[in-house]
Amino acid sequence: MAVRERAVSRALELELRRPSVSLWRDAWNRLAKNKMAMLGLAFVILVALAAVLAPWVAPYHYKDTDFKNARKPPSREHIMGTDKLGRDVFSRIIWGAQVSVTVAVVGSLTALVIGLTYGSISGYFGGRIDNYMMRFVDVMYAFPTLLFIILIMVVLGPGLINVFIGIGAVGWMRMARLVRGQFLSLKEKEFVEAARMVGVKPIGIIARHLLPNSLGPIIVALTLGVPGLILTESVLSFIGLGVPPPFPSWGQMISEGWRGMKATPHLTIFPGLAISLFMLAFNFLGDGLRDALDPMMRGVS
Amino acid sequence: MLKFIIRRSLWLIPVLLMVSIVTFTAMKLVPGGPFTREKPLPPKIRANLEAKYHLDEPAWKQYLRYLWNLLHFDLGPSYKYYGRTINDVMFGGGWPKCAACVSAQLGLIAVFVALGIGIPLGIISALKQNTWIDYLCMFFSMLGVSIPNFVLGLFLIWIFAVRLGWLPVARWGSPSQVVLPSITLGTHGAALIARLTRASMLEVIRQDYIRTARAKGLRERAVIVGHALKNALIPVTTVVGPLMAAWMTGSFLVEHVFAIPGIGKFFITSVTDRDYTLIMGTIMFYAVFLVVMNILVDISYAFLDPRIRLYEG
Repeated sequence: MAVRERAVSRALELELRRPSVSLWRDAWNRLAKNKMAMLGLAFVILVALAAVLAPWVAPYHYKDTDFKNARKPPSREHIMGTDKLGRDVFSRIIWGAQVSVTVAVVGSLTALVIGLTYGSISGYFGGRIDNYMMRFVDVMYAFPTLLFIILIMVVLGPGLINVFIGIGAVGWMRMARLVRGQFLSLKEKEFVEAARMVGVKPIGIIARHLLPNSLGPIIVALTLGVPGLILTESVLSFIGLGVPPPFPSWGQMISEGWRGMKATPHLTIFPGLAISLFMLAFNFLGDGLRDALDPMMRGVS
Repeated sequence: MLKFIIRRSLWLIPVLLMVSIVTFTAMKLVPGGPFTREKPLPPKIRANLEAKYHLDEPAWKQYLRYLWNLLHFDLGPSYKYYGRTINDVMFGGGWPKCAACVSAQLGLIAVFVALGIGIPLGIISALKQNTWIDYLCMFFSMLGVSIPNFVLGLFLIWIFAVRLGWLPVARWGSPSQVVLPSITLGTHGAALIARLTRASMLEVIRQDYIRTARAKGLRERAVIVGHALKNALIPVTTVVGPLMAAWMTGSFLVEHVFAIPGIGKFFITSVTDRDYTLIMGTIMFYAVFLVVMNILVDISYAFLDPRIRLYEG
């Protein structure tokens, strides 16, 4: 332990010598030093921009067919080739980014809203309410997640809105557990005790004291949850339960292309790369955020 | 300890009840039934079919019937494969040909792939922390975590089966057919395990008892293998159980991509065929597997780390 103590006192010494910066500024500085995380962030921003600006940056419309040039390998006019209807693969990947980005945003927001509400009620009040609420989550947790979403999709039918419902029905549980754990440990702290003593209402304590102090882990969990959301959407689209054609999604493009992989591998490889790189970028970003927001973990993980 | 095991095992009951209720309700809400065709069946035949499968009864009665049969390990008749039961579809043909057997083989081999690659990779990374070896290992494991298994499967097929022609594209049975699907399914786990092993190894080798072991003159190899590894692997065991279940459930995509006749294939077809009992059967099967795995992990964890038992009573 002596090594660690020495490290801590050394860290404190350095800490005292530094100009004072806010917690978030500090975290940002740490994140900025992490090359892979910054690369991830850059790629995420690039994809998000491509998604938003798709009508202007994509060389072709996702519906533009050109039967004379169907199933062509990458060329100068079509840098990622064309599919069986002669549609430009590169443009469809850019349009398809809209689906992935929307899923990432909406999925995270749903998880956040439901999970936060559920977790904060459970964690703040504790006791019997907490016990019942968490047992329910435990039971739901035992469900094979992907199969559960597929089940929901079978009931509701394909479509982007239904994908959101499916993902939302499952995604909140991890967040609920996290928030509850945070609140349970935070509410015993003296500053919360003090706030309660001077008569701050529960909602005020949650909003002003518990929540801001849990923000770090929540952001990290949200970021690290995004690859799972993107994966789920692509799996659903791959088995034909996701976004219906003609609007492209990466998973759906693979599902249309993979059986012809011998003759037209580009129809599988490019959308596959798009999914993988987007998930990779989010994983690196999430990892970097975790290291940046949780100084205790630095060097260990 | 016994009390702990029993209490954990009892947990199976509410979970499976919940799973069966949710699955059953969902199946009842699905638009279109198993006998909905493009050309509608004559009403009389339809009525007969529905009577045969008790679909004309009130829903609660159907559910109780299903539950009762479930308790007898009877998953009911398949609506799609006439004259066959779900048990037959899933377990018919016996070892090693039955659908469940094939899935289990694939899953088990993938677990060995995951452990066999993940643990050594994690240890090497931890021992060479912050060298290029570490960075390389961690980059690859990040890659392994990020690529969806069906995408990885397709990439591998393209490289090793289509371009190089070294391995067969699909199916299951011969050793050469096993290679690509098991690597595909095992990669994600290998990557996760490598990251976990590395993190927990780094934590362990900073402990005082490791320094003591070194100080008393043990060789580095003995310190790592004999002292550090055992404790470093405890957190790894906790994830292997749930992960195994996740790979098994995720394996339906790998089975789909490689045209492997396992449960996963039936799962996908049953979804489009609206074969209620088969969907319920596969989901129940996966759920039981998942819960049992989690319980086994909890128990093994309690064995490995006596402190757990202390808290759990």
